[in-house]
Amino acid sequence: MFRIGNGAGFSGDRIDAAGPVVDTLIARGGPAAMFFEVLGERTVALAQLEKRRDPARGYEPMLERLLEPILEKCARHGISIVGNFGAANPAGAARAIARLAGRLGLGSLRIGVVEGDDIREHIDLARLDVYEADAALDQGGSEIVSANAYLDAQPMVEALRAGAQIVVTGRCGDPSLALAPLIHHYGWAADDWNQLALGSAVGHLLECGSQVTGGVYYDPGFKDIPDPANIGFPIAEVSADGRIVITKADATGGVVNLQVVKEQLIYEVHDPANYITPDVTLDFSGVSLRQEGSDRVEVLGVRGKPAPERLKATVCFEGGWLGEGEISVAGPNCLARAKSIAEVLLERLRRRKLKLHTRVDLIGIASVHDDDSGTLWRSYTGPEPADIRVRLAVAGAEHDDVDQAAREVLALLCCGPAGSGGARWRTTQRIRTQSYLVPRASVRPRVSVKSAGEWL
Amino acid sequence: MAELDELVTVPLHAVAHGRAGDKGNRLNVSVIPYEPEAYALLAEQVTPERVLALFAHRHAAKVTRYELPLLHAFNFVIDDVLEGGVNGSLNLDGHGKTNSFRLLGLMVKVPRRLVRSPKLSTTP
Repeated sequence: MFRIGNGAGFSGDRIDAAGPVVDTLIARGGPAAMFFEVLGERTVALAQLEKRRDPARGYEPMLERLLEPILEKCARHGISIVGNFGAANPAGAARAIARLAGRLGLGSLRIGVVEGDDIREHIDLARLDVYEADAALDQGGSEIVSANAYLDAQPMVEALRAGAQIVVTGRCGDPSLALAPLIHHYGWAADDWNQLALGSAVGHLLECGSQVTGGVYYDPGFKDIPDPANIGFPIAEVSADGRIVITKADATGGVVNLQVVKEQLIYEVHDPANYITPDVTLDFSGVSLRQEGSDRVEVLGVRGKPAPERLKATVCFEGGWLGEGEISVAGPNCLARAKSIAEVLLERLRRRKLKLHTRVDLIGIASVHDDDSGTLWRSYTGPEPADIRVRLAVAGAEHDDVDQAAREVLALLCCGPAGSGGARWRTTQRIRTQSYLVPRASVRPRVSVKSAGEWL
Repeated sequence: MAELDELVTVPLHAVAHGRAGDKGNRLNVSVIPYEPEAYALLAEQVTPERVLALFAHRHAAKVTRYELPLLHAFNFVIDDVLEGGVNGSLNLDGHGKTNSFRLLGLMVKVPRRLVRSPKLSTTP
């Protein structure tokens, strides 16, 4: 039996989640590993922008906070750690871990780094096929900020075989992070599709952390969970004979039941019979689940098919600027006042000839479910709410235009309808993404394993 | 028992749960009835056409429904609904995570016995 725990499901996750998972792995005994998934589709581009400002940075900003509570315990108990903390700078992340290890008296900690996912230097977009789901996006000729291929688990396995106690990667398949320690432990062959599928299914279920233990799940009165302020992060038990049980950290909130595991099994999946990862194509069409104990769900029937011939690569482009402004109205006649604010803002942009991609939301009437033209709030006929926040969003290539448009919301503090207040505005640099398919032979991962002292 | 067999029109949320995820400009939403018995009824009523109509105002191009009968679950894949995806959209929810509850607002007609009342948690 091998146990693998997850300590984070995205960059921005709770930094105190990993501790109880590690404590549970130690209490159970036996071989185990931890993985952290902190690299979203655009996180690597934001990290590249940060690295431009400071070449020493560009890795997961919460790296030290995530690892400090668990690094010494994991090293002492032989629990290996795998994480895509590297973002745009895996070696920089390794040096940060080495400094942390030094402070914790772990100068001999073996740190492995996987690089080679960054393919910016040798990519010709015109010769690559666009990934199917992105075919409708138009990126024009914008400047490339980042281009990263999704590496498979094998380079991480190589690092673990070379004695790495913690492995830092950049972009790789999210499930590959959990698969790598399993391949290392069980010695699965790189073309044993059914075994790779088991490990990748574990990775798929665990890679979003609490989403398989109650996060993004609980719905008060309909789907309640214990202690949502302290959801326990997940642990998978994987037996040599291929049995998988999903459970969670001891003495925490959250739940592992059939409903939450079903939701996460289908999460971000398109065709359940063909869920593509760099390591294997997963077939979930024969999966069934069994509640085999409290907070314990067995996953049966996962099958594997050959891995795709080409790797997915996500390219991030400079995407101009986003401007946002918000202002509130409340109390009697607030719906009419909010609609007036919306119309006045659009009229102001027309008069000032600020030709931008524009949207207005009436938060409290319709916003996140609406489209850019406001179809839902314009056709709203329900009762007047107590409180509405009007939001203007604009996008354009020039910072000054976007900033001027967003400042029109601020001007309403004096020029707007009666009782408008609480204005905020800001501008944000935008990143746009497009995914491509790249030949495996054009991506060459590099693995280096050194002690903490040697990284510094 | 006749009362429990009576057909009532309720939001999908009263008989099913679900979750939304995104990849690029493509959204997926799972729909999972609380009671396996509701699976066949929802298969008839929660059609790709009705789901497409729910997202028509956002210029959804196509809806594909995948069925997972062993799990009593559906997976709806909705193309081009995110108006540019997480990095291009002007929507506050660029990921489209809140759209599971747009779909769970769809009205369905089911026997009263399948309707879930609040405060009847299924947590084991």
